[in-house]
Amino acid sequence: MGVPRRVIIGLTIVRQVIRAGGVLLVVSLLTFALCDAVPGDPLAEMRLNPQISSAALDAARSKLRLDRPFVERYALWLRSVATGDLGFSAAYNTPVAPLIARRVMNSLILTGAALAATWLFAVPFGVWLAARARRLDGRLMTAGVATLHAMPDLLIAAVLLQFAAASGVFPTGGLRSTGANDMTVAAALADRVRHLALPVLAIVLSAAPTIVRHVRAALIDVLGAPYLVAAAAKGVPYRRLLFRSALRAAANPLIALFGLSVATLFSASLVVEVVMTWPGLGALLVEAVRSRDVHLVLAGVLCATSLQILGTAFTEVALRLADPRISV
Amino acid sequence: MSVVGLGAVYGLVAFASFLAPYDPTAQHRDAPFATPTAIHIVDGGGRTLVRPFVYGLARDGESGYAEDRLRAYPLRFVARSAAGSSIRLFTVDEPGRIFLAGTDRFGRDRFSRILYGGRVSLTAGLFAAALSLSLGMTGGIVAGMIGGWIDRAVVAASDVFLAVPWLYLLLAVRAALPINVDPFRALAVVVIVIGVAGWARPARLVRGLVMSAKNRDFIVAARASGASSLHVVRAHILPQTLGVLLPQASILVPQFALAEITLSFFGLGVSEPAPSWGTLMRELVSQPLARATLWAAAPALVLAIVFVMHQVLADDLHARAVQPAMKGLA
Repeated sequence: MGVPRRVIIGLTIVRQVIRAGGVLLVVSLLTFALCDAVPGDPLAEMRLNPQISSAALDAARSKLRLDRPFVERYALWLRSVATGDLGFSAAYNTPVAPLIARRVMNSLILTGAALAATWLFAVPFGVWLAARARRLDGRLMTAGVATLHAMPDLLIAAVLLQFAAASGVFPTGGLRSTGANDMTVAAALADRVRHLALPVLAIVLSAAPTIVRHVRAALIDVLGAPYLVAAAAKGVPYRRLLFRSALRAAANPLIALFGLSVATLFSASLVVEVVMTWPGLGALLVEAVRSRDVHLVLAGVLCATSLQILGTAFTEVALRLADPRISV
Repeated sequence: MSVVGLGAVYGLVAFASFLAPYDPTAQHRDAPFATPTAIHIVDGGGRTLVRPFVYGLARDGESGYAEDRLRAYPLRFVARSAAGSSIRLFTVDEPGRIFLAGTDRFGRDRFSRILYGGRVSLTAGLFAAALSLSLGMTGGIVAGMIGGWIDRAVVAASDVFLAVPWLYLLLAVRAALPINVDPFRALAVVVIVIGVAGWARPARLVRGLVMSAKNRDFIVAARASGASSLHVVRAHILPQTLGVLLPQASILVPQFALAEITLSFFGLGVSEPAPSWGTLMRELVSQPLARATLWAAAPALVLAIVFVMHQVLADDLHARAVQPAMKGLA
């Protein structure tokens, strides 16, 4: 334990940056290669035109640098990404960067809200289940959570959508109502929240069971520890025992789980966005693949990867800030 | 229990071409959104018949269906539905119809589509899991046995693979394939990508196991008496890895099947008209369910049951793998 905390955290940050760089390099190389393998090039149509000579075609090819080797084109593309130029979307007929930026914002709103809602719900619920582990209601609830845990996120989203359509309580898709521009600020905000509720609920229902189960298991483990039994015998109120002492002792694996939950959330949100037509990055990406919008796919995959890496890297650092016992 | 249930499910879908009364892509263009066909054994005269039968399908109003009590068609078991078609477990003679779960909007028998679709989705899960487990096992054993820079390289590579969001990369892979690629080639590509992508976690598990097993007394003794690395792996390491890989498989199979289902749901995996549980799920989100289309939820129900069974099995195997270890500690 001779290493100071500051050094450990600094090392963690460095390691995470290196790892993030490695992952991004691999993913970008893979996606670039895949998009490069897509049949056809921007000149395919020109080639069919008999009025364009082969010399002109060659000139166009070399102007677009299509005649260069793969590695050189990859390097060129990396350089342009570094300057913020993500290419041009053929399907939307606009530059990719602003298009993606708007969608990323929507995705972040959705996943951010879902992340907060998931943890705010899952931790107290898991604690409650642990406290009731031997009672019938606790057991039934635990079985219910296990069942929900098994449900694919796709299924949860589809069933919720049907529920919304049948009940009319929540809007069944989109970011806001059509008349949202004429609303007062408060009404527009309420409209936003109403549209956000269903997708968030879908993500919470698919992401929370894992966390609930872990919280419950971790807490049941801790509750059997002699010092907690002794504290209970001394007359410490049970609720305080649960939420102060036991939860704190069980916090460590939960923080590690936080990083994992960020990753799960991102993939759940991709599905939910498509099912509920939330105009986020995931929905855009699926559309881009369908319309074979190569630059958009490339940028979208990289963007999603970076977001996810950022989430996990952040947790790794937070874990070391929270727990002085970790020294690697 | 869940083993029996899952065995039944896999058996059902494996024999889809025998158990399903119709071809999954066969259309009954006069009967879209048909309600399920009831099977009767009591006829109009109140007599109980040995041979079950169905009544004819008649229109009732705009979009409803009713039984045409004037026409009855007996079920025929282990028979051909028409000359030249394959042998089915049960069928009725044309123009009688038997739709156990109704039809979709193209008039295709939903029951048959669920069976055939399950074959696609569950096979994808099985093959992808087998691929990633065998890759992971190889990587883990090589890294654990040889050690040194090879071990470090495997660990670093698995680190990278664990951090990649695969669902997104899978989309990129799909973008590289022609959009109207033949469904089974698309399935093969999806399975290979999912399988290769998933090698990292089993590799890490197996590596950990090899590292701890390598220095155990009986293996050191085996080595001292002249056993080769290959022999040690085959006789002592491989049997141990099974205990880790089996629970891992029970997690990976449904997870990979879900990847195929999701991709097909997006319209990027196995595409129409070929059935997959993913394309069947599309029916559930394409329109609000009404009484006439309530049976569109049948694939979702099947999906839910199958995934719960997988979960129970995984929890079971996990508990079995963990508990002996816990007992050893106590």
